[in-house]
Amino acid sequence: MSTEIQEKEVVKIKQSESLISKRRRKILVDPLDDNNPISIQVLGICSALAVTIKLEPTIVMSISVVFVMIFSSLITSMIRNYIPVRVRIIVQLAIIATLVTLVSEFLKAFNYEMFKVLGAFVGLIITNCIILGRLEAYAMGNKPYDSVLDALGSSVGYAWIILVVAFFRELLGSGSILGWKVFEAVGWDTFPTNGLFVDSIGAFIILGLLIWAQRTRNGYIEN
Amino acid sequence: MSELFNLIIKSAFMDNMIFAYFLGMCSFLAVSKKVSTANGLGLAVIFVLSCTAPLNWLIQKNILDEGALSWISSDFATIDLTFLQLLMFIAVIASFVQLVEMIIEKFSPALYGSLGIFLPLIAVNCSILGGSLFMVQRDFNIQEATAFGFGSGLGFWLAIVALAAIREKLKYSHVPNGLKGLGITMLLTGLMGLAFKTFIGMTL
Repeated sequence: MSTEIQEKEVVKIKQSESLISKRRRKILVDPLDDNNPISIQVLGICSALAVTIKLEPTIVMSISVVFVMIFSSLITSMIRNYIPVRVRIIVQLAIIATLVTLVSEFLKAFNYEMFKVLGAFVGLIITNCIILGRLEAYAMGNKPYDSVLDALGSSVGYAWIILVVAFFRELLGSGSILGWKVFEAVGWDTFPTNGLFVDSIGAFIILGLLIWAQRTRNGYIEN
Repeated sequence: MSELFNLIIKSAFMDNMIFAYFLGMCSFLAVSKKVSTANGLGLAVIFVLSCTAPLNWLIQKNILDEGALSWISSDFATIDLTFLQLLMFIAVIASFVQLVEMIIEKFSPALYGSLGIFLPLIAVNCSILGGSLFMVQRDFNIQEATAFGFGSGLGFWLAIVALAAIREKLKYSHVPNGLKGLGITMLLTGLMGLAFKTFIGMTL
């Protein structure tokens, strides 16, 4: 408790820039497009693809990742000066695992159906490279408020990509959006749903094309 | 015995960690630029996965499950520690990886040199934690858990070496700028997944 108060005071004393300065806006907006964790940094692909068959579990997954990301960044950044360098990975993993356990117990209690759909993939948020990567690269060396902004940016950057993938997979694979039959509603009863998109292959191809489109737009070239 | 062999084949080909469950994609994409390094990582994953699966099985059955602690005293028969599962598993994996790293460094510096960098990476490889979680979900016994761990590792090794071989050849072809690197690799993975799908429907 005492460390928390100390850190907060330090931030207040040194706070000469506004809460949303230009630099901070850049921290927040950069991971959404130009430095997207999935399409540019190649992090966190595992869970990005596994849960995107339908839109609804993807929304739950996004919210879980945003939650875990923000709080693990906040906690790590608060205690960053007390973490010994040698055991930092284990400390970070313990923080993440605790938060993920919270999420998984919460889902089990309030939405058991969704918990069964997501299954082991809630637990696998622990090994989501985005979280550990951002903790290691950013939260370990920056103040809590900046770290939270960075975490928010990265996790929302992750969320919009998996939501787009899920949208197309559900639309083409099951012919529906959030369970609502789109094509029947517009009178196209014979819409041929494509089983390939329910399968993992569709996810790879949609993500590949999405990355192509996004990188063509912002001109990023990988050598 | 033949059932265990079937389980290895099934988890390596039909339920391949990468193509069926997308586990371990991060290192699959990041470390598949050269065949030799991909081979090193693949072998390390096989080893760690086939050791941590039975290890975590023992922990699950003897400590975490409801009533599992009754071997200490009958007073503990109602304790259910399943909520500690994630923390325990990741701790076991991280410390096992650390241990393996130390042992290899001590006894075989040559192997450590070629494998060393990949060992720490394995701790956050989703396929390792995924292997342990699936093994609990599917109610395996300890032999099956070991076979499942080995088979999943084998599938990962096959997939990453195959992808690295294709990517080495890809250097000589013209790929559109935006598709270079990750984009074309995703499409390739999709096509490889299609090939692996042919194993579906085979019964053993």
